[in-house]
Formats: sequence, structure tokens, C-alpha cells
Amino acid sequence: MCALSRGQEIAQTATINSGVGNDPVKLSVRELNFYYGEKQALFGNTLEIAANRVTAFIGPSGCGKSTHIRTYNRMYALYKGFRAEGEILMDGVNILDPKIPDLKLRHQIGMIFQKPTPFPMSLFDNIAYGLRLHNRYSDSEIEGRVEKALRDAALWEEVASKLHQPGTALSGGQQQRLCIARALAVEPQVILMDEPCSALDPIATGKIEELIDELKEKFTIVIVTHNMQQAARVSHYTAYMYLGKLVEFGLTSTVFTNPASKQTEDYISGRFG
Amino acid sequence: MNVTSRRIMINKIVLTLSGMAALLGLFMLAWILGDVAVKGFSAINWQFFTELPAPPGTIGGGLANAIVGTLLMTLTAALIAVPFGVMAGTYLSEFGRETALGKVARFISDILVSAPSIVIGIFVYLVLVKPMGHFSGWAGACSLAIIMLPVVSRTTEEMLRLVPHEMREAALALGAPYWKMMTGVIYRAASKGIFTGVILAVARVAGETAPLLFTCLNSPYWMHSMNEPMANLTVVLFNYAMSPYDDWHRLAWGAAFLITMAVLIANITTRLLLSGGKRRLS
Repeated sequence: MCALSRGQEIAQTATINSGVGNDPVKLSVRELNFYYGEKQALFGNTLEIAANRVTAFIGPSGCGKSTHIRTYNRMYALYKGFRAEGEILMDGVNILDPKIPDLKLRHQIGMIFQKPTPFPMSLFDNIAYGLRLHNRYSDSEIEGRVEKALRDAALWEEVASKLHQPGTALSGGQQQRLCIARALAVEPQVILMDEPCSALDPIATGKIEELIDELKEKFTIVIVTHNMQQAARVSHYTAYMYLGKLVEFGLTSTVFTNPASKQTEDYISGRFG
Repeated sequence: MNVTSRRIMINKIVLTLSGMAALLGLFMLAWILGDVAVKGFSAINWQFFTELPAPPGTIGGGLANAIVGTLLMTLTAALIAVPFGVMAGTYLSEFGRETALGKVARFISDILVSAPSIVIGIFVYLVLVKPMGHFSGWAGACSLAIIMLPVVSRTTEEMLRLVPHEMREAALALGAPYWKMMTGVIYRAASKGIFTGVILAVARVAGETAPLLFTCLNSPYWMHSMNEPMANLTVVLFNYAMSPYDDWHRLAWGAAFLITMAVLIANITTRLLLSGGKRRLS
């Protein structure tokens, strides 16, 4: 990139902090624009996602939080006319580059959805499904990895005796942890969570939040949430978005106690949104 | 009379009329089923399932060849129509929602579902029976397959569409290629519905007569291959019911009973499957 455009970029984003200080960077998002056909939904989002940290996206409905993180695993590519512009560098490689296959990218960047989505098969097979997609494991190795994934998702104790029951037999919170276990099993580097608790009761939500806290040791986590307290509880970094623009980004402690923008303050304190 | 009591009266009249209409429909159905059951059941015996039709005037005989013929042709038709129907339904649901080909295929399927089956019989007569020079079980199976095809493809499409979008995204987000997502997860999620569609399609063709008159005709003998005219229950029923012989009438009632029971059982099976499926989904 030439010096001039770099200079312009700094000028445009001068008021917004986009970096993560001394933390190692896992994903570097630069000037990300997104279009649903003709309609532009993201406008020049620029920020960094720190490795082994939890980054939360907050903002009112329709502000583009989900759209933003769905570019990280190119989930949008499923739909005609949806396109992203700009750069998302993961360890220096632009993951928006069409030369990188979707399958490889999604192997490295896992995703948890709003609604728990157990597949119509047993608990065991739910997790084995992902494992078998990427490697030829022996049966005993699959068993070991399924157990490890369930332990990592803090679900093992509850389901060890019923691995061969259908995944739909679990409660909502357990289903969501099953989905997390399924995502962990393929050993991604980044886990995207799109409002993972919005369909769960407070106790199940608490368990997922504890889990997120443990998972950040091994994974980089990006979470979209409507719940401000949740963002404050689980994240190191918070990004506030409004109408497709990144309004504020920084350490969660700073964003919540001393926001740079009046708008962020209004949203967080509940006066707006 | 004030407005309220007038409305109550109109309500009562309309309720009575519609209730009577419902009863009339039920009565007709019960009448038909009862008649078929009473007259048909007396025709059902061991000979009915094991013996060939007896020549006119002789006592006894059965419809063994027609039963086998109908089973054989229906099975063959299903083997042709189900793979094509499921694949077409997959295209319509997954890839052809907005494409021109998808729209045309969906429209034509809908027309084909309601096309008079005799037209399909004549079509197969022209493209298969005439060039081959003779009626055959293959031609019969093809005409039945054409009738089944749109039923299978449209149900498959509907059932695949019912699978929530999140399930597709969840499988793809694990890094599954589209085809593995479909075969490993989505078909499994829709399997009950698709199976239901197949049974309904089979039930639909089990009672078809017109297309078979033009394609496989009938035969009083055992078939040696699918490449010759074959006996089948519906055409036998048609012929025997029109005949002047009491014994043939009896066999026709038996055939009617058998077909009706088969269709009834198929419909009840799909009901049970679907209600079980709904409990699962919630």
C-alpha cells in the first residue's frame, strides 16, 4: 500500500483506536466494506483482534455486528450477491482472498450460532462428523478426540453415559455446548460466536460464559452479544458498532468506564439503542 | 330482531349447513369403504393370492399374476422416480430457488402433478410402446414413474426447505463441502419427510388404471419378463368389473379391496411418520 493511501487511512480513522497495544494480533481487519447486493452494510471497519483474548462486538440490532464477524469465515459467500471488500489478515494472510478455499478457512475459524444446531444424529456422531471431515482417524482416535472435545466444552460429565442418544435430547444450554464441542473438535484457531446465549436461560448462559473464559487460553474468541453485561464480563476488548460503522474500539474496561464517544456512552448506559 | 341475535342465528345456520356437508362427505367415504370391504373381503382367500385367473365360466381362480405385476411395476417405477425426484428436489431447494431453470422446473412439476394420467399413458404409448411394437411392463413402469416424479421432487424440495438454514450454516462452518453437508446432515434431517413423499407417490400410482391400459395392458398368464404385457390389479379390476361373469365380479371386488387397503395403509403410515417427526422437531 502506498504512503499516500496509508496516510489517508490514518486521517479517516484518526479518532478511532483500532489496535490492541502490546497483545499479539491474530486477525487484522482493514477497511472492511460489505454489501448485501446493492446495499452496503459495513463501512470501512478497521480493527485488530488480539490472539487468545475475547473480543466482543456490541451495538443495536442491525448495526452490522453479525455481518462483520460472518466475513471472518466467509459465511456470506453462501449467498449470491453478497460480497466483502478490504482485507482481513490472519497471521499475515488475507483470508478474503478467493484463492484460499472456504473449507480450509472454516477449518481454522469455527463458528457458534445463535440457535443451538445439533445435527440429527447421536451426540457422539455430532462431534465425529467434523473430525471425519478433515482427517482420517482410527475409531479409537475419534473416541479420544470426542471425549476431549466434550471435556473442553465442559459437557463430558453430563453426557458421558448417553453419547449415543440423539443430540436433540439435550437441553438448550447443553445443545449449545455440544455445538461448541463440535467446533472445538476440529481444532480451529479462532472461534466466532454469534449471540451464543440469546436463546438460553441465565444458568445456561453462565455456564457458557465460564466456558468462554477457559477457552481463551487456547483459542482466539470473537463474540457478538446484545447483552452489555455479558460483554463486560467475558471480553478484554469491546467494539461498538452503529449503522455498519465501527464507532469505538478498545479495552473493555476503558470502553465501559470511560468511552471516547458520547454515542457509545449513551448506548452502554441504556439511553439509546 | 336485534343485530346480535341475528348474527347468532346466521352463525347457527351456517354451522349446521357446514356440519351436514362434512357428514355427507364422511358418509360417502364410509359407504364406499364399507361396500368395498364387505364385498371384497369375501373374495379374499388363499386361491386369490396363489392362482391364475380362471377362464370364464369356470369356478375359482385368483389374481396372483396381477398382484405380482402391480408390485413389480410399482417397485420399478419407484426405483426410476425416487432417485431422479430426490435429485430434482435437491436442485430446486438448494440451487434453483431463484434461477430460471428452477422456476420453470417447479412450474412444470406442478402441472405434471395435476396432469390427467391418461395423457401420460398416451405419451408413453407413443414414445415407448409404438416404437417397441408391443405393450410391456417396462412401459407401464415408465408411465407410473412419470406420475411419481413430480410428487417426489416437490415433496423433497418442501422437506429440504423445512430444514432450518442454521443447520446448513453450522455444517458448512465446520468446513464441510456442500455435498457432504447435504448427504451427512440435511438429507438426514429431512429423511422422514422425503420418505413420506415417496410413500404418498407410491400410493398415488398404486390405483392408476388409465396409463397402464395404454402401456402394459393385461395378461391372463404369468409374466416371463418385464418386456411383455403384464397383468396388474387395476386393469384386471377394470376388465373384470365390465365382464358378465359373477365369478369375475367377485375377483374384481377382491382387487378393489386389496388396492384400497394398500393405499389406506400407505396414508396411515405417512400420518404416523409425520406426527412422530413433528414431536422430534420441537
